[in-house]
Amino acid sequence: MDGTNAAVKMRNITKTFGSVVANDKVWLDIYKGEILALLGENGSGKTTLMNMLSGIYFPDEGQIFINDEEVKITSPKIAFDHGIGMIHQHFKLVDVLTAAENIVLGLNDGSKFDLKKASEKIRSICEMYGFEVDPAQKIYDMSVSQKQTVEIVKVLYRGADILILDEPTAVLTPQETDRLFAVLRNMRDDGKAVVIITHKLHEVEDISDRVAILRKGQFVGDMKTKETNAAEMTNMMVGHAVSLNIERPDPVDPKPRIEVKNLTVRDVDGIVKLNDVSFTANSGEILGIAGISGCGQKELLESIAGLQKVESGSIAYINDKGEPEELVGKDPLSIQAMGVALSFVPEDRLGMGLVGNMNLSDNMMLRSYRRGKTAFTDRRAPHKLAENVVNELSVSTPSVETPVRRLSGGNVQKVLVGREIASAPTVLLTAYAVRGLDINSSYTIYDLINKEKKQGVAVIYVGEDLDVLLELSDKILVLCGGRVSGYIEGRGADKRKVGMMMTKLGGAAEDEE
Amino acid sequence: MKNKEPLVHLVKRSDISSGKAWIIRGIAILASLVFCGLLTLAIAKVNPIKLYSAMFEGNFGSKRRIWVLLSNISALLGLSIAVTPAFKMRCWNLGAEGQCLAGALATTACMILLGGKVANPLLWAIMLVSAVLAGAIWGFIPAFFKARYGTNETLFTLMMNYVATQLVAYFIVIWETTKGSANIGVINQRTEAGWLPVIGGQRYLLNVLIIAALTIFMFIYLKYTKHGYEIDVVGESEKTARYIGINVRNVIMRTMLLSGAICGVCGWLLVGSTNHTLTTSLTSGYGFTAVMVSWLSRFDPLIMIFSSFLLIFMNKGASEVASSLSLNESYGDILTGIVLFFLIGCEFFINYRVIFRKKNAEVSEKKEA
Repeated sequence: MDGTNAAVKMRNITKTFGSVVANDKVWLDIYKGEILALLGENGSGKTTLMNMLSGIYFPDEGQIFINDEEVKITSPKIAFDHGIGMIHQHFKLVDVLTAAENIVLGLNDGSKFDLKKASEKIRSICEMYGFEVDPAQKIYDMSVSQKQTVEIVKVLYRGADILILDEPTAVLTPQETDRLFAVLRNMRDDGKAVVIITHKLHEVEDISDRVAILRKGQFVGDMKTKETNAAEMTNMMVGHAVSLNIERPDPVDPKPRIEVKNLTVRDVDGIVKLNDVSFTANSGEILGIAGISGCGQKELLESIAGLQKVESGSIAYINDKGEPEELVGKDPLSIQAMGVALSFVPEDRLGMGLVGNMNLSDNMMLRSYRRGKTAFTDRRAPHKLAENVVNELSVSTPSVETPVRRLSGGNVQKVLVGREIASAPTVLLTAYAVRGLDINSSYTIYDLINKEKKQGVAVIYVGEDLDVLLELSDKILVLCGGRVSGYIEGRGADKRKVGMMMTKLGGAAEDEE
Repeated sequence: MKNKEPLVHLVKRSDISSGKAWIIRGIAILASLVFCGLLTLAIAKVNPIKLYSAMFEGNFGSKRRIWVLLSNISALLGLSIAVTPAFKMRCWNLGAEGQCLAGALATTACMILLGGKVANPLLWAIMLVSAVLAGAIWGFIPAFFKARYGTNETLFTLMMNYVATQLVAYFIVIWETTKGSANIGVINQRTEAGWLPVIGGQRYLLNVLIIAALTIFMFIYLKYTKHGYEIDVVGESEKTARYIGINVRNVIMRTMLLSGAICGVCGWLLVGSTNHTLTTSLTSGYGFTAVMVSWLSRFDPLIMIFSSFLLIFMNKGASEVASSLSLNESYGDILTGIVLFFLIGCEFFINYRVIFRKKNAEVSEKKEA
């Protein structure tokens, strides 16, 4: 790691967005003839770092050296001039143009525009690295993998010798991934520097020569891929295994509260999101829902809350007298009136659960503004509630008149939780309740959820951190591709077993790592 | 070093106090007036002081001029108030022209068909009800299609303007006083049937009072009522609105009904009180200027009083400048354009901070162009 023959050296790179530090004094070297995997969790600053190399962002601090010469990359064009090309997650192609037209688009090298000559050059690039591109094919006729190939050729056509790929395999099938990796190896052997951003460990092991790891915007370390293993990389990626010690009080008088039977849901594109799902959620218990993201968790919660159209099946709410009431077909308003509260909406706390531009007390009003017989809103009660939430959950905010979008993620979450539990629900639906929160805020949320549980609320907890899920839940429902893959007791549940259920229906044989 | 760090850096402001924002806007207006003065001096060789005193004269020169000013402000303000609830909901109602004309057409029909047949106070009420209904229907049609089928309200309301204009043109031919004149003249000139009452000897006072009441109503409606709150939530995020159980379709339709109804009231005033006649250009394009007034005022009805004053002032002043200083009539439009350019342009400085390249990344702030 002497950095003498590095194609790119990034030194002390810092980038902040408002109060968020996306990159904090990052050092990174990229070598010619090597594939570097940039590894990190979501939000660890991988893409931001590479965007600064490709001229999309400009660093607040720090230096970038290309071939040992300091450069200021102020635009994508200048990045190209330095031979840096980035293939983004979302392709930037014009659908109605052909591959060749897209590749030469925006290129102004002084020579005459000659599509034939360009096509020739494209073919020779393809031959050299083993791509398959028809220069005359329109983009709208192409598969995702073909479009990606066009993006890569576009970058090579411009003479890039430092290539950055942002999660290139996210959209590819395994076979396409293999083909892409073969091409990348050819490029490496040709002396190009290749950076691949990913958070999949097996890909790192498969393709990269060296791996650099970012955590929370900071550079944690890099090493030769051959000399490390998945466990070490994981530890570096997520930090030292935090010893979790989440309280799990015994359930209080559990009785069935929500009974879901044979629930099937399709999304707007007609794709089946939930397939014949049945389970029971008890009062005074936490039902954890495990599953790889996008396996129907969101649809499940939204179906219960009345926000999702249900194709078939039933969802019964069982009230205190033990009488079932059907929730399917009811609108959110009447479901809320029965005491079902959906809170902590995934990714979208500000887009769905709260209104970012409104202040705390106006957001509290979302649930209560209908109260009162006059045409006027009562602002005092929500204002008081906002002040209570701020005090009780120690929300750090300048005042309750501050728009919630200005608060940090943890505080936004507390505001949302505070409002939802204020209505004393009997069912609490939570999705990714602690996503993006720091440890302290996360524990505050766990405590709140446990407190609700102790009061006899049926909690349905969708989470992505398996360790937390196992420690918190009384029962665990595992979803896999929209089907129930397992329904087990939370106490004594085995992480490996749950992990297998997440990847394969019923958790049969296949072992991970 | 081959490439330099960029000279200026734009950083989105996350927060700016509203006081500070208004100071920036104030500076923008002042700067634009200075710029207009200098420009006038440079190309028209007219003393800027003379220019501005002529403008002032054009607006406040006589009692009559002041009343005309007030009447124009009322008309513009009325339509601005009308489009605002829809705008707050992010529903771009560009159909104030058409909704106002629909109201005006209904008013005219009542005056012509019922004039002399019913007592005046009853006629006024009938005129008002039919104007409100006509305007509301004109606003409801695009809203219905938007709520049901997701059509684009911008285009739809815009097109409805042309339908209204053509309808008015058609009825003008039916009611024209002399064949082929395409002019209905002053309605009920002899009997003054249906003419709205003159209060305190001032013909335009009624307009001013009604629009003032509507402005206060709208301010309260948007800020303190449940409906106003729903409009806010739907405008900010339809997803949130659905999540808390607001019926988004109904809110869209209800708000557009209100928007159209107030446009109808404006049509009622324009025909019944201001003009006593109907033409296709009755609204003087205020239906479109209202869009700008509403935006410039951040959808706040009270600020709209000031914004509509500014625009009408520039407009009236410009025609005075044109006649008394013998400048081209279009020169006034240029001046208005410059003021608006500065006023809208300064929003950039409210939303972004401009940071100049400094040796040690020192941060400086620029406020005004």
